[in-house]
Amino acid sequence: MNAMTEPTHFDRLSNQHLDALEEETIFILREVAAAFERPALLFSGGKDSLVMLKCAEKAFGVGRIPYPLLMIDTGHNFHEVTDFRDFRAKELGAELIVRSVEDSMARGTVRLAHPGESRNVHQSVTLLEAIDEFRFDALIGGARRDEEKARAKERIFSHRDSFGQWQPKAQRPELWTLFNTRLQPGEHFRVFPISNWTELDVWQYIEREKIALPSLYYTHKRDVVERKGLLVPVTDLTPAKEGETIESRDVRFRTVGDITCTCPVESLAATAADIVIETLQADVSERGATRMDDKTSEASMEKRKKDGYF
Amino acid sequence: MTATNTIAAPAHSTGAGSTNDTSSALRFITCGSVDDGKSTLIGRLLVDSKAVLQDQLANVSKSGEADLALFTDGLSAEREQGITIDVAYRYFATPTRKFIIGDAPGHEQYTRNMVTAASSAHAAVVLVDATKLKWNVDGLVDLLPQTRRHSLLVNLLRVPGIIFAVNKLDALGDDATAAFAKISEALQAFAKQAGIAVTATIPMSALKGHNVVEATPGWCGYQGPSLLALLETLPVTAAETDVPFAFPVQWVEKFHNSADTSQGRRVFWGRVATGTVQVGDTVSIHPSGQTAVVAQVVNHARVPGSVTAGHGAGITLDREVDVSRGDWLLAQVTPAADSDDEFADTPKPRAFAEATREIKATVAWMDDEPLVAGRVYLALHGHRWIKAKVKRIVHSLDINTLQEHDATEIAPNAIGHIELALQEAITAVPYAQSRVLGSLILVDTASHKTSGALLLS
Repeated sequence: MNAMTEPTHFDRLSNQHLDALEEETIFILREVAAAFERPALLFSGGKDSLVMLKCAEKAFGVGRIPYPLLMIDTGHNFHEVTDFRDFRAKELGAELIVRSVEDSMARGTVRLAHPGESRNVHQSVTLLEAIDEFRFDALIGGARRDEEKARAKERIFSHRDSFGQWQPKAQRPELWTLFNTRLQPGEHFRVFPISNWTELDVWQYIEREKIALPSLYYTHKRDVVERKGLLVPVTDLTPAKEGETIESRDVRFRTVGDITCTCPVESLAATAADIVIETLQADVSERGATRMDDKTSEASMEKRKKDGYF
Repeated sequence: MTATNTIAAPAHSTGAGSTNDTSSALRFITCGSVDDGKSTLIGRLLVDSKAVLQDQLANVSKSGEADLALFTDGLSAEREQGITIDVAYRYFATPTRKFIIGDAPGHEQYTRNMVTAASSAHAAVVLVDATKLKWNVDGLVDLLPQTRRHSLLVNLLRVPGIIFAVNKLDALGDDATAAFAKISEALQAFAKQAGIAVTATIPMSALKGHNVVEATPGWCGYQGPSLLALLETLPVTAAETDVPFAFPVQWVEKFHNSADTSQGRRVFWGRVATGTVQVGDTVSIHPSGQTAVVAQVVNHARVPGSVTAGHGAGITLDREVDVSRGDWLLAQVTPAADSDDEFADTPKPRAFAEATREIKATVAWMDDEPLVAGRVYLALHGHRWIKAKVKRIVHSLDINTLQEHDATEIAPNAIGHIELALQEAITAVPYAQSRVLGSLILVDTASHKTSGALLLS
């Protein structure tokens, strides 16, 4: 079978499916604009947040997104992604707020166990500090339920207590599209407008809407080492260990995040259409292929979410 | 090759919201008692349709054998207790359709989560554990209370496709065929008594994979399609287009820079609850009672055209009127149009009845505290918050037997009939006619918990 001939076969089905997903996402984005006083949209410059931003443009009109964009910077981001984030925010005329884990470290609210520790997990502290600082009452995030098990259980409007904690056993029932957005002082909501999208939907939509992405998502040559079945990028933050062989490989990132825990996959996919085909044929999930930090424990994401992580 | 590789165009496509629409993703829920095999069934659907990836399979495999149930029980509290606490949403696709599964918990104490999953479902698969049924001396079987309960709940919520999946028949060996016939008979008798239209009854072994993804012709005397093949052909919920136009205003967009005020300077966004809207329609605004004519309609993505029930719309009116979030735009038939209708082939839908402050409803109670008469709650109807006082508890319903009992309170996870007095009038339409106009939630004024789901009578 020649995989490169496939996309024409699912055009018709996928477009209708994408229309329904887009419509649901826009409905939720508008609900946040109407129901909350101080919402913000978490924007990392990654593919999921770029899809949300595209839907926000359709929901509100170009240049009229009614909430600021918020980025929690670990200081360990790929410059291609942060550059792209700044470029898109400027292009949209959106307000971009960046708060960094390094500032939390300077304040002493984040302490690393050792200097090389991943800062990904510490983002929740900085995020909660930003929520306090701006008194945000709703944070829109690009998490998808297909990403991992704890996420699969979360509501679209996810209530967080005054410690920013998710209570999986006490989630509010979410009936029809009657969203209970009532809050007590100090509480907030995390809202996930693309909950029902899968990785494949995201790529099909990027392809259909011609959404521009950071170059990291497409094939490029990169120095990597093989470690525990993953390709680890060789960077100043993640140098090769003794005895490891550095190789230049054709890779792309399926997900972009903190450099210290994000791995690329081997790929020659140069366009969104190529990636749609690759995603159809993938036999390893997005997180399984790329994330070092989630592998440590089955429950690691659940624990992090309970601690206020996105 | 994975199953999703050859997604083909559907045989026919009649547009979103149409009754024959099988090209939209199907949202279905699975229900049944603890240990009836729900998680195993979902695991089987995911594995056999190749929706499970290798790393996920490795995570749930012990000595090479995958424990199918572990795909869905994702929370550590669930793994500790071996039960499902909350709805898990799963996604998979076949060559012809995409699916969203709401895996609803079986425990009675988590009925609220089942109602949550059912409220947006197009279909429900009710699992019946063939090994758990009691056989009477006269050769009949008694259904388990949870089978009756879950069927009644999904029927009450108007989930249109209800499928009985009689599971674990492989465990009965040679008796399987006779057992399936008797269980089918009992299910049919129950469905008839309860007024439930059953789409199909399928014999199944989720563990072995019989009739889940692949049909097993002749097994247990059944020649029909597999569960998955059936799900591929089920329509999504029919849009409520035969009811007059109703539109809850979700968000008001202002055009600060427009100098032309003749057609108003605001777009009213929301999702059409019932009916259709197009330019030239006269609407009345609830609660103010003013009327106006629709000047422009765009869809959710700002493309002009008419918009039908279930879809997002932006509406501008021909004059400057007071409309805010929570208000409703409702079909208003003018006297002239009314007289035309007598001679028309398809009469125009009539306007809604008067708004009311007194409502009667079936309530599914979800709070840990019981519902008591006299309390005031916050109610959400469309996008409108109003205060609601529980005037009277008419009765509570034994959802195992459908019998009505006198009651002074509605217990957690129970169903009952109540009367409420509202602070402001709403356009009340029975839930049987419109899911959007006929549904409300009750929110506790102190805890802000979503305490009850109301289905208007």
